[in-house]
Amino acid sequence: MTKRMWAFVATAAVGLAFPAAGITKQHGGTLNMIAWEGYTQPQWVKPFTKKTGCTVHAKYGGSSDEMVTLMRSGGGGQYDMVSASGDASLRLIYGKDVQVVDPSKIPDFKNFGKAFQSPPNNTVGGKHYGISLQWGPNTLLYNTKKVTPAPTSWGAIYDPKYRGKVTVPDNPIQIADAALYLMKTQPSLGIKDPYELNKTQFDAAIALLKKQKPLIKKYWGLASDEIDLFKNGDAVIGASWPYQTNTLIAAKAPVKDVVPKEGATGWLDTWMVSSKSKNLDCAYKWLGWISTPKVQAQQAIYFGETPVNSKACAIMDTLSKGSCAQYHANAPLQYFKQIHFWKTPIADCGNGQKNCMDYTKWQQAWTQLKG
Amino acid sequence: MAAGLDTAEGLSREVGVRRRLGGALWRHPFLKGLAVLSPTVLAFTLVYVAALAALFVSAFWTVDAFTSQTIHHWTLDNFRQLRDSVTYRNVAVRTISIAGAVTLTDAIIAFPFAYFMARIATPRMRAALFVLVLLPLWASYIARIYSWKLILNSSGVLTWSLHKLGLPAPNVAYSNTATWVVFSYVWLPFMILPVYAALERIPHSYIEASRDLGARGFRTLRSVILPLALPGVVAGSIFTFSLTLGDYITPTLISGASGQFVGNVVADSALRGGNLPFAAAFAAVPVVVMGAYLLIARRLGAFDAL
Repeated sequence: MTKRMWAFVATAAVGLAFPAAGITKQHGGTLNMIAWEGYTQPQWVKPFTKKTGCTVHAKYGGSSDEMVTLMRSGGGGQYDMVSASGDASLRLIYGKDVQVVDPSKIPDFKNFGKAFQSPPNNTVGGKHYGISLQWGPNTLLYNTKKVTPAPTSWGAIYDPKYRGKVTVPDNPIQIADAALYLMKTQPSLGIKDPYELNKTQFDAAIALLKKQKPLIKKYWGLASDEIDLFKNGDAVIGASWPYQTNTLIAAKAPVKDVVPKEGATGWLDTWMVSSKSKNLDCAYKWLGWISTPKVQAQQAIYFGETPVNSKACAIMDTLSKGSCAQYHANAPLQYFKQIHFWKTPIADCGNGQKNCMDYTKWQQAWTQLKG
Repeated sequence: MAAGLDTAEGLSREVGVRRRLGGALWRHPFLKGLAVLSPTVLAFTLVYVAALAALFVSAFWTVDAFTSQTIHHWTLDNFRQLRDSVTYRNVAVRTISIAGAVTLTDAIIAFPFAYFMARIATPRMRAALFVLVLLPLWASYIARIYSWKLILNSSGVLTWSLHKLGLPAPNVAYSNTATWVVFSYVWLPFMILPVYAALERIPHSYIEASRDLGARGFRTLRSVILPLALPGVVAGSIFTFSLTLGDYITPTLISGASGQFVGNVVADSALRGGNLPFAAAFAAVPVVVMGAYLLIARRLGAFDAL
């Protein structure tokens, strides 16, 4: 009896193992990815696997810093790809964790908006270290009943008038928002780029944030935290993403968002390929697939962000009416001039000087600020 | 035949070994205890103590800012940074003060409640009160914290009720007061149960004796009941104090702009900053505080009450 059972188990195991092995040989194999939650939805991953035979194993990263840590864990090479945001990508490039990719192998690359083909957060020295994916602005969100007249400047979140009613993200990269405001309001500081700050400029930004601190109700960590704050009236003005605005408006909350006259910071995510990836074939297939207009539109609608492929606009409108304009997917190049996309602050200021404050300093200053 | 003899000899030898072992265990109760506990002790050492030791050792390392690789080079830099920075001192002081306040609040609320349960309530009432104390523990911790957000926020139940009574808005949402209130709520059962156990153990004859000697209610409470219940209160305080000291989820969700706990800074350094050594160094602070607290608690007899 036992013997027969073992024989059965063995047959079953062999039967199960062989076809599986056959599939792996015929097709591309497996891609291990680190992604933002929502970036590898079955909606577009399943058709990809069906078409190419490449299976996708995704691990969600909770923050840019966690993604960098994961890419480097175990000496690197555990993951093939990462959906890095601009505040992580340069660290991965300079840390030699990711490799150069060839955009000519991505058919849709030519349809990308000009601002997203070679942005400074994934292109260094003319070399592309990944393919841009989606972006979004960090907007000024306000309660239309409590904040009148409608704000047009970031000055509103530094205004004592809204003491105890302001909320901003709990993220060191938020220092760039203060730097952007100072860039426009205090030209004597000579800030050219909110991510390249020397000691004086950095200290000025921190001083502004310290002055802002008594006005802050809460530094929000999750998008849902900010939605709660606005819904309950604990905050009436703050820095936000379009996702929160859309959710709040859908819940009939009296809110609106705006890109103020100083411009705004923004995020731009990039799919990057690990320098130790053994599965370049599947990686390029994924880069191609995720750049197609349909998948770009699906992800944009699902996540509430804007595709880099300009052809996605029409598909977005068929999926959700008016969403193309709502997310500025059809915005002219001029629009992007006012968006300063996140990039990792590094010591090299880009002007030959190496006295800029690097990201470690930003993190330390942020912890000190929160106290 | 020879083979059979061999087996018999082997058997008797085996029995002999077993007997000797049994005798040794009988003569040395310590060995018996160790044998019974050894799987647990082994697991405890490997899983728990080893992890703590590794954590403590890594506190003496640093991280390369650029590659975020750990540098295995012995240094006191992390501890120096902790000592010299006002921010970290503030965070530690805030954490310890709120933990202290929560403990005190819970002791004050729990004592009369436990007294009623142990000495006044009928058995049926006592069972009902037990269920009421333990009931919140059946619901998710996160869900209960979120429900407190609904109570405390600006358009929440508390503000609304006070408004109906013509009182001003409390404005406690997203503040350290809110953190204190929520912690006091969450850990209250852990204070009530040991205090109840201590109060229940006081023989009724002691109280009668106190009365016979002419002591009134308050005097009996002060001179007989409180001293005998104190180990229970201290035992409960170990829970409320240490649980508050180590928590970081409640401050994340409930506190305002200046409400970071030690746990928040540890989580930020480890997960965001990729600076595990610094996180380890800061995590050593609550361990040291708790160690000192336990020493004091032992002197007050808390471990006899557990």
